[in-house]
Amino acid sequence: MKLTGAEILIECLKREGVKTVFALPGGVVLKIFDMLHQQKDIEVVLTRHEQGAGHMAEGYAKATGKAGVCLVTSGPGMTNVITALADAYMDSVPMVCFTGQVPTSLIGNDAFQEADNIGLSRPCTKYNFLVKNVADLATTIKEAFYIATTGRPGPVLVDIPKDVSMDKAEFTYPSSVSIRSYNPVYEGNKWQIKQAAEAMTKAKKPILYVGGGVIFSGASQELLELAELTHMPVDMTLMGLGAFPGEHPQSLGMLGMHGTYCANMAMHYSDLVVAIGARFDDRVTGKVSEFCPHAKVIHIDIDPTSIRKNVNVDIPIVGDCKTVLRELLQILRATVNGDQRELRKPWWNQLREWQQANPLAYQQAADGPTKPQHVIKRLYELTKDLDPIVSTDVGQHQMWAAQYFKLAKPNRWLTSGGLGTMGFGFPAAMGAQAAFPGRLVLCIAGDGSIQMNMQEMATAVVHKLPVKIIVLNNRFHGMVRQWQDLFYEGRYASSDLETTPDFVKLAEAYGAVGLRASKPSEIDDVLKEAIAVNKPVIVDVPTYRYENVYPMIPAGGCNHEMLLEDPPALKSKQAGSGQVTPKDSDTILTA
Amino acid sequence: MEHIISITVENKFGSLSRVAGLFSGRGFNIESLSVAPTLDPSMSQMTIVTSGDDRIIEQIVKQLNKLIDVIKVVDLNESDFVSRETALIKVHTRPEDRAEALRIADIFRANVIDSTPATYTIEVTGDPHKIEAIINLLQPLGIKELTRTGRVAVARESIRSTSLQTKKVARE
Repeated sequence: MKLTGAEILIECLKREGVKTVFALPGGVVLKIFDMLHQQKDIEVVLTRHEQGAGHMAEGYAKATGKAGVCLVTSGPGMTNVITALADAYMDSVPMVCFTGQVPTSLIGNDAFQEADNIGLSRPCTKYNFLVKNVADLATTIKEAFYIATTGRPGPVLVDIPKDVSMDKAEFTYPSSVSIRSYNPVYEGNKWQIKQAAEAMTKAKKPILYVGGGVIFSGASQELLELAELTHMPVDMTLMGLGAFPGEHPQSLGMLGMHGTYCANMAMHYSDLVVAIGARFDDRVTGKVSEFCPHAKVIHIDIDPTSIRKNVNVDIPIVGDCKTVLRELLQILRATVNGDQRELRKPWWNQLREWQQANPLAYQQAADGPTKPQHVIKRLYELTKDLDPIVSTDVGQHQMWAAQYFKLAKPNRWLTSGGLGTMGFGFPAAMGAQAAFPGRLVLCIAGDGSIQMNMQEMATAVVHKLPVKIIVLNNRFHGMVRQWQDLFYEGRYASSDLETTPDFVKLAEAYGAVGLRASKPSEIDDVLKEAIAVNKPVIVDVPTYRYENVYPMIPAGGCNHEMLLEDPPALKSKQAGSGQVTPKDSDTILTA
Repeated sequence: MEHIISITVENKFGSLSRVAGLFSGRGFNIESLSVAPTLDPSMSQMTIVTSGDDRIIEQIVKQLNKLIDVIKVVDLNESDFVSRETALIKVHTRPEDRAEALRIADIFRANVIDSTPATYTIEVTGDPHKIEAIINLLQPLGIKELTRTGRVAVARESIRSTSLQTKKVARE
């Protein structure tokens, strides 16, 4: 039977198991929306902005591990979704984005709402397709999902001209895909794995450095076994949080620019770095020339380009984290006996010393201004037994969330790591909530970033997505302000927002619930109230304005040279003693 | 160091822009690029002359392999290869220079493929040094127009079997 392009698209989505499409209509995709309107298997979440649709698809994908799907119109619809595509590309999020295009006869004519979708999206997608003939549509969609979800996952864009969605073709959905130029490698090289196992058993001061690849590959169980079997400490990247239980005694927490003191010291002084599904991003390496100076490096990654891109690698293993870890475990189970614990006892003594010397810390006075870290700590304590999904925006609150919200399991952490996209958190949380209607989904945001996609509150209310937003409100672009205090002599160029909306009233204006915790003593009650409500909630928490995130490795600094607290000059300024200009030289504590 | 990379890609819409975009987006250098279909019309052969240290070349090869449309990547510098380039040079020829122009063309085994009373268009093929040399000799006569194809290259057969750097090899 012949179907229209629009019908074929829907049939394909059903066969791919898609339950939710995040979408916003427009002229050239009306046929597709008309068909979506006439069926019940796929829910259409109508967003208020295409960027929101893109981030929702990302949130859905990160929480479920399946490809998120969004559908937008041509021209501005497509350009609005670019930020989400770029974000998904940086963070390897599987996602398929359908864009409308002007009719094939008009392509290149500067038609109304025409944009070069393929050209615009090429550098921020894993692959993109322009479908010129309806007969190719089904195969293209099959390939799009295959490419998005295999190998190193990523966003794929399918551009569908209006006439292609209306033309008819015989529908058959291919059962398999074969692309001669695309064959991701899953199995690691056996000899390399053997070398790695040997290095791991011998190392006296090893460290597991794990990233988001472990989560996408579903290798958390294998990682846990590996860590426990070899008694190695575990550092997690921002994207890797949740890959290993945050409360596990072997977890040193997050590493990198705002990682824990111990996590960074462990990297610097280790003799073996085992990188698993992580890519040695500049926020982790700091000064590359002095990164892990004493260590041999094993790098397990499915993407060959990640290997030796930033740092030299001694034992590269290209493959899927889960598959490779299984092989490694097989060897290690046979060779490792209890002596690992003994061998690494001095190392663990050192690590515990570092942990005790400089744990994450903040001071919360009972009647003083609310400290943002305290809010996250309380949120964590109050919700940890509920197994929440946590999303964040980008900035100080994101780093505090990464430090204080210790995730027990993978796929609970939705954050924009590579691109650092403000406005990501709320729509991403909604995407996860759409996938798991019954779960508790928290969005930790700043007052700056939440305003970047606030319009999606309308979507949350209409679609009954009861996301709980906690706004750490300091009326600053806080991370920008922190850098200005540390590196620009305290000149707050465009970082002071001066005013923010009344978030309680704003929530109510949308038909959601607004709550406020004005002082530390109110936090628990307000958070409990928010969790109990079955509606979207904004909890506005005015916080101390000048709190900074520590530890901090200044950009380009060495991992063992961390700022652990505000430099003295900055402290006295904050105490209200007038303008003081901190000098960079005062600020670096050399460990 | 200069490297010649030979790339087999799907001969379809957008393949060239994906390869070119990779180079510009990641700040890799392209000295020359040539592209044409292969014997199998579904594939195109690209030859890119680029430069960089070992790490950059390794990244270029890996990043090219990562492109979905790329079927095979060979860094020809891994082994012995031959490369050629063609230039079309339009020279001004005053009556007293015409014989000299022909003599120079002769020395380089170049052909005159178009002639007018005031110009010759000379076609020359060779390695880059040869092209540079004939350009230098013709320059005093006055070069009106110059167009070069960029290099194409192929590995020397006897060692080719060991130099093949297919996707599989590149992954390790």
